[in-house]
Amino acid sequence: MEIFNPNANIPFMSWRKMSMAVSVFLMIASVALLATRGLNLALDFTGGTLIEATSVEALDSEKVRGTLAAGGFDGFTVQSIGGSREIAIRVPPLAGENANNAKAQAQVVDRVKSTLAQAGINVDIKRSEFVGPQVGDELKEDGVIAVVFVLLTIMLYVAMRFEWRFGFSAMAGQIHDVIITLGFISLLQLSFDLTVLAAVLTVAGYSINDKVVVFDRVREIFRSARKMGPVESINKAINNTLSRTLITGITVFMALFSLFFLGGPVVENFALTSIVGIAIGTLSSIFFCNPILLWMGVSKADLKQIRPEDPALAARP
Amino acid sequence: MFEIPKWKIGLVTALVVFAFLYALPNAFPGQPAIQISANRGEVVNDLLQGRVEGTLKGKKIAFDNVRIDDDRLTLRFAENDSQLAAHTALVEELGIEKYTIALDTASTVPSWLSAIRGKPMTLGLDLRGGIHFLMQVDQQAARDKLDEGYIDGLYVMLRAEKIPYRGVTRTADGFVVELTTREDRERAYTELTEQLPDLIVTRRDASETILEAVIRPETVAQAQRATIEQNITTLRNRINELGVAEPIIQQQGATRIVVQLPGVQDPTRAKTILGATATLEYRAVNDSVNAVEIAQTGRVPPDSLLVYTREGEPVVVRREIIATGDQLTGATSMLDTESGTPAVSVTLDAAGGRRMLDFTTDNVGRPMAVVFIERVPEVKIVDGKEVRTSRETKEIISVANIRGVFGPRFQTTGLDSMQEATELALLLRAGSLAVPIDIIEERVIGPSLGAENIQRGLEAMLIGTALIALFVMVYYRLVGVVTVVGLSVNLLLLTAVLSFLGATLTMPGIAGIVLTVGMAVDANVLIAERIREEVRAGNSPLAALRAGYEKAWGTILDANLTTMFAALAMFAFGSGPVRGFAVTLLAGLLTSMFSAVVVTNVIMAAIYNRQRKVAAISV
Repeated sequence: MEIFNPNANIPFMSWRKMSMAVSVFLMIASVALLATRGLNLALDFTGGTLIEATSVEALDSEKVRGTLAAGGFDGFTVQSIGGSREIAIRVPPLAGENANNAKAQAQVVDRVKSTLAQAGINVDIKRSEFVGPQVGDELKEDGVIAVVFVLLTIMLYVAMRFEWRFGFSAMAGQIHDVIITLGFISLLQLSFDLTVLAAVLTVAGYSINDKVVVFDRVREIFRSARKMGPVESINKAINNTLSRTLITGITVFMALFSLFFLGGPVVENFALTSIVGIAIGTLSSIFFCNPILLWMGVSKADLKQIRPEDPALAARP
Repeated sequence: MFEIPKWKIGLVTALVVFAFLYALPNAFPGQPAIQISANRGEVVNDLLQGRVEGTLKGKKIAFDNVRIDDDRLTLRFAENDSQLAAHTALVEELGIEKYTIALDTASTVPSWLSAIRGKPMTLGLDLRGGIHFLMQVDQQAARDKLDEGYIDGLYVMLRAEKIPYRGVTRTADGFVVELTTREDRERAYTELTEQLPDLIVTRRDASETILEAVIRPETVAQAQRATIEQNITTLRNRINELGVAEPIIQQQGATRIVVQLPGVQDPTRAKTILGATATLEYRAVNDSVNAVEIAQTGRVPPDSLLVYTREGEPVVVRREIIATGDQLTGATSMLDTESGTPAVSVTLDAAGGRRMLDFTTDNVGRPMAVVFIERVPEVKIVDGKEVRTSRETKEIISVANIRGVFGPRFQTTGLDSMQEATELALLLRAGSLAVPIDIIEERVIGPSLGAENIQRGLEAMLIGTALIALFVMVYYRLVGVVTVVGLSVNLLLLTAVLSFLGATLTMPGIAGIVLTVGMAVDANVLIAERIREEVRAGNSPLAALRAGYEKAWGTILDANLTTMFAALAMFAFGSGPVRGFAVTLLAGLLTSMFSAVVVTNVIMAAIYNRQRKVAAISV
């Protein structure tokens, strides 16, 4: 079975001005979103307390809110989740005199429970989390380091395996994918926790995976097809790999959609972020990275003179 | 022909057998169980077994079987509910003083599999429910304690050597010792360098009477390590009180401790027990009376106390305390230089040292006991109100004869083995006041949520994989079928590797597995598309097949390596759930590369080598 005509020659590169304009617009919009709305950082990064509780009776969020306010809590949110019998309570890290009091911070869960119990609201704690403010700060820092580390090592690797213009283009594509994914998270105000960070890093890894496949083919065509100009070569490479790009995209989406619909709340945001990020990554390998390659003036001469015989290539089984 | 080297076939066969064997233990789910072990002098024997069985029969609680091995009694149950009911009943009947009664999950893995170290994957707390704590050891308090110990030591030394001094003060990074004359300073300098080798002593240039001392960085580092180690030991001892099966107590970074308590649902109770305080007392043994007789009659002399050893032997000790645990600054196991037998070297602070000196001067040859006291705060609900009390356990951990006069540093000798010495040193340290611990992260996952998570995760994995398998088989026909076989080998290998490494399966870990399945197909898609291209280009079927594998390999390697960088970064900088995800992703990439390229290659060869003439590749 074949979905795509293998002899198709879709002129992707002739749309490059438009596709670049769309990419640049999306990036600017994402940066603007990140600057204005920011990320809805979850407990993992902000520190604080989260309690998910269920009850046999219907829970009135308003009543819970009133009870907690009367109990001296500040800046908390109460949200109904999964019907009327389940609520999520979020309490930010304590400020003021208790800011540096680790014991007081850790006791918030107990205090919330006893405050509710005193008002006659009996709940079962399904899940509770407390993250100290210093842990949150460290996770934030580690997260940023991890993203930067991934971007840099991957660029280095691609620059080493190919040529610096490919490395630059791949990294530009990767930054493009990560920024737009983050912009999407910001737009929907998804709760940005450790698993969503893991999804963003996976997107970075997958995105480069996709670009490598296309670049591999660009290189191969540059080497073998002597009469073709760079635009035609790149276009042919994209067309040749198109079937693979889409089939792989379909199988990854099958995995991710089943996670999204069946995996439950723990992995829901992970799956959604990955779906969006991988879609963007697939599109950018075609519409964003290749135009950059062209504009940087990549030509057959570059590849041929620098690596007439790639020893790594020769060593392959 | 489409030849495959023999070693490749051998490798694939060997790995598939390995994968099958080590993935197999996961097919044997754990069984709810209760484990009973004895404390202080009690024994686990047939008598206890009879009592346990009687209790459960009396309460009509069904159980599968009872077994005693390694001084532990294990009860297995068919259902969680009967396990919990039995736990409550047994705690009531046996009491938690004499026995540790822990909820447990008993393995049902056959013994021959266990013998080759086959074990199922451990489930993370998010899949089985429980409490996770991240604790921070108060380093400032640890440093204060260390510094104060040295200040005491400096005073004691100056007094012992009869060197007149103005005082010892603590500065930001060390101590200043002020003496009265230049000669005294020289004497103090000589004695200090000799007696306190852990200090770096310098003469202050601007003055004739001032010495400056700094604790050696390696000593500080060692003290910090010892502090953490001591806290971990204390925590471990206390978690045993909780009766938790398979607790995880690990150091994380330089100053943190992770504690995971699977199955525990009440963080308040866990916190009170972990926050309990323990202490030690050195007391003289009252050897003028017969302890066994007193234990029977209960007539204890008014100046004495009756305390039992760990083994249950009674000892009568004097009420007067010679030294307490907060005066203990260190305890290490060692070999006694004179006799060559195992010993524990103990260091007391100045005050404790002086008391010890006075006491030993008058009591050479007589026994001294080390009493271990633990106070565990308890919260009970009485008439609907919380009542806070504390339970105290007191026991003697060693009795030894005083062999000579000594002060702050002394040895406890006469121990049977080095292991006993190590244990005693640990206990002494564990018993002495630990540096305060702050809980900086706490996660509680209810058991129902855990069960829900694992069910959902498996469902997503199953359906995702099934969809992919179906699609690939329809789209690539025979090559697709071979891909699916490769994919199954991949899942088997991944399960085996994760089980063998003892990795913990978490919810993000399951997501990682699902994602690698999706991505693993990429390698096969690359190969299949290449084969199609080569066929289209007019190559013979077998040449197309060979070229497909060869040309796709470089791309597959490049593509997988880059994703691996991302996984490595997550492993290095992530913690907890992200690490779990990174481990599965990393292992998944390796196994999927192997199965997608090598395994399918061998299968294809097996198929097409049988045909004399290959007309077409089914792709």
